[in-house]
Amino acid sequence: MVARLDIRKLIVTVIMVLIGIAFLMPFLWMISASFKVEEDVLTFPIQWIPENWNVVENYKEVWTGSMPFLLLYWNSIKVTVLTTLVSCTISCLAAYGFAKINFKGRDFIFLIVLATFMIPPQTLLVTQFLLYRWLGLYDTHTGLILLNSFSVFGTFMLRQFYLGISNEIIESARMDGAGHFRIFTSIALPLVRPAIATYAVLRFIWTWNDFQNPLIFLRSKELYTIQLGVQSFSDQHGSVYSLMMAASVSAILPLLIIFIIGQKNVIEGIQLGGVKG
Amino acid sequence: MNSGVKVESDMVQTTKSEVRKKANKRPSFSGWKEDLAGYAFIGPMFIGTSILVLFPILSSFVLSFTDWNFVSGYQNAKFIGFKNFSKLLTNTLFLKGLVNNVLLILAVPITLLLSLALAVIINKYVYLKDLFKVIYFMPFISSIVAVAVVFQVLFHPTKGPINQLLLTLGVENPPGWIADVTFALPSVMLIMVWTGIGFNLIIYLAGLQNIPKELYEAAQIDGATAWSQFTKITIPLVSPTTFLLFVTGVISSFKVFDLIIVLTNGGPANSTITPVVYLYQQAFVELKTGYASAISLVMFVIILIITYIQFIGQKKWVNY
Repeated sequence: MVARLDIRKLIVTVIMVLIGIAFLMPFLWMISASFKVEEDVLTFPIQWIPENWNVVENYKEVWTGSMPFLLLYWNSIKVTVLTTLVSCTISCLAAYGFAKINFKGRDFIFLIVLATFMIPPQTLLVTQFLLYRWLGLYDTHTGLILLNSFSVFGTFMLRQFYLGISNEIIESARMDGAGHFRIFTSIALPLVRPAIATYAVLRFIWTWNDFQNPLIFLRSKELYTIQLGVQSFSDQHGSVYSLMMAASVSAILPLLIIFIIGQKNVIEGIQLGGVKG
Repeated sequence: MNSGVKVESDMVQTTKSEVRKKANKRPSFSGWKEDLAGYAFIGPMFIGTSILVLFPILSSFVLSFTDWNFVSGYQNAKFIGFKNFSKLLTNTLFLKGLVNNVLLILAVPITLLLSLALAVIINKYVYLKDLFKVIYFMPFISSIVAVAVVFQVLFHPTKGPINQLLLTLGVENPPGWIADVTFALPSVMLIMVWTGIGFNLIIYLAGLQNIPKELYEAAQIDGATAWSQFTKITIPLVSPTTFLLFVTGVISSFKVFDLIIVLTNGGPANSTITPVVYLYQQAFVELKTGYASAISLVMFVIILIITYIQFIGQKKWVNY
């Protein structure tokens, strides 16, 4: 009985692996195409392993050519890392406040913050754009960083974790004379570290992939992030598919690395938070 | 992490109970000092949200009654009452966008169905669970811009690998995909399903793990087939998850932007235009600030209504 079940499970696994490969076909095709000389990209049947390799030339053109990915990478890393840091700090503080401090109007304010989660960000673009021009934040990285820093999702998710810390720890620390800031830094923060790591990975991925905000709030080419770079690159080289694929691989690769490292955190985080935001 | 919390709370528990003996009453911390601490902690978050979300909503409400473009300076803003709105509701492009958006919502149940099926298989019938989670999750974490660029080539009507394959398989007139007015929107939906499966699958897996195993064991003893276990136990018991995913899926179908802008830019012949894409074009290409604000407001109201209807509707079919 047990052995028969195992064989069935094995067969299903093999079938699922095949479906999985089909599912990832666009990625495999993209990587393979980025290694080829242009003439071979669209030959059929598809050469999954290139006959004529052109890796160095393709990636060199992408990384140092007219839309240099070296600069785009630097911009993206700068914006993404700073956004992640600022956003984690702000969400962590707010989450602690909403979960563990009994202040006047708390539930009402939390409800307002939560309600903003429902609003499609696109409906805010026009007035955010005007506000940014007025504040002098238009076409700056600072502005871009601020846009993704006030995350309802992050606050909500971290709040769930803070709620899991027993009130008695907090109260006894209070009785020993510790202020909330002291409790926050020395008790609460260490306890939710795994949750913060999860949120940090998610925020990193979302900010790295953000296309809409850079498109609207950046104008100078030297400030472009990777996503804007891929789009303008494909506008410039729209018919040179091998280069476009090398650009796409370059845009996705760092994320895949981060995801594979933080894989468990990301998946659990999404399950806990339940919603993307 | 949990074990850490427990150890510490146990330790504190003992001191706590000693203190409680002395005080004999749970001290409640409140008063202005507590209020102040609270405001200090949530302050940055609340101020940021107010400036970047609440203020823009209020000001787009005001702007939507004006005829203005931001280049011409504030003094040239002209109050025109409800004209923007009446213009909008008779605008065929905006209405077409709305219809397209309703069609895009069809991608949501398709994604849900495929994700649930995959989740059930991965949860019970395979080895290497973690590997499959990673595989199906990859499109979800990949940048939509890069994905759109790749599919632009894959969908190429004559030279693209997809149609070459269809031709060799004997399909005589393969569709033109994103170059074809009738197939452009389904192509967008196809990519939406592909990128959405990972997220839905992960949430479903969490939902499946909450179903008590005894239910399946009891059903097996009663001789229920795998299919009737699926329809009588699994589907009803994951209905809260389905509801959650349906609501977030519908709302996010209104947010689809990157994919369409990069893949088709609303074309061909506006066949993939959505209200959000129309909003972008009016605001940042045509520079009609007042009109675009009116679109924002209408979108905002539509989403509110949809969310409200969904929460009423859930009572009818969700088992909690």
